[in-house]
Amino acid sequence: MKPVFTRPRSLADVSTHYCPGCTHGIVHRLIAEAIDELDIAERTIGVAPVGCAVLAYNYFNVDFQEAAHGRAPAVATGIKRALPDRVVFTYQGDGDLASIGTAEIVHAANRGEAITVIYVNNAIYGMTGGQMAPTTLAGQKTTTSPFGRDVEVCGYPIRMAELLATLVAPRYIARVAVNSPAHIQQAKRAIKRAFEVQVNDHGFALVEVLSTCPTNWGLPPKKALAWLEENMIPYYPLGEFKVPKEAE
Amino acid sequence: MAKGKVVINEDRCKGCELCTTVCPHKILALDPKKINKLGYHPVTLTDPEECIGCALCARMCPDCVIEVYRE
Repeated sequence: MKPVFTRPRSLADVSTHYCPGCTHGIVHRLIAEAIDELDIAERTIGVAPVGCAVLAYNYFNVDFQEAAHGRAPAVATGIKRALPDRVVFTYQGDGDLASIGTAEIVHAANRGEAITVIYVNNAIYGMTGGQMAPTTLAGQKTTTSPFGRDVEVCGYPIRMAELLATLVAPRYIARVAVNSPAHIQQAKRAIKRAFEVQVNDHGFALVEVLSTCPTNWGLPPKKALAWLEENMIPYYPLGEFKVPKEAE
Repeated sequence: MAKGKVVINEDRCKGCELCTTVCPHKILALDPKKINKLGYHPVTLTDPEECIGCALCARMCPDCVIEVYRE
């Protein structure tokens, strides 16, 4: 029998610390598959965030650097400028990228740094215990918004992909989801393209991945997939907001 | 004769059941008689003969627990 699906080489053969049903694992695998297919593992450097994915350096068979909270794009900028022949990517959550790290991501994107950013949006702070994030949906209950997010007080959830797509320099910006096999296929294509943009066009690429947090959403993993489909995708539409042709 | 074969790394399974939602033949289920090293009921194939080797389960699994082979 021929293998149809096996673990990608760039994904470390270890058990992750993620909760059961957390889709971080799917995103990790898609990145590892893209790295394998482009054959860039030997010259790839990842930058890990603070958040649930803080231990991401344990899960990839590529070089990694840990960054202070939100500062992954700044650290990646330094690595890429010092070692321009390397492929540099950051892996960040919504608390990391869209809250404490907003300045770093906006300016790294605006400078058009040739890095790839994988931004995992699950609409909540995961590691710290389910607090409201900038991406938490209107009316969504969290430990710090027990009556639901009040947009009059807290503002509206921030759409980072659209925001960054208004800048001139970024080459590729897309939003995908990982809640079904079809969406996972789309996510795989977008993540691979985001690496290709860095390798071939030397430009900034960001993929926002809508992800689940069953533990802090208070849902069983199967229901979390449906919650993402019914609540997140209507507010965070999927698609490519910027492709290399338009940037030129 | 089954067209496909799945190999489940039972000790890595966290019992989240995401794979069971995408199996077109609905032949994946948690095994209530087993408990793995992590303390979860691991997923198992209820009818191996029905497997078509589509690998949707493996693509949905967040923990890379499943490997798939096909004729």
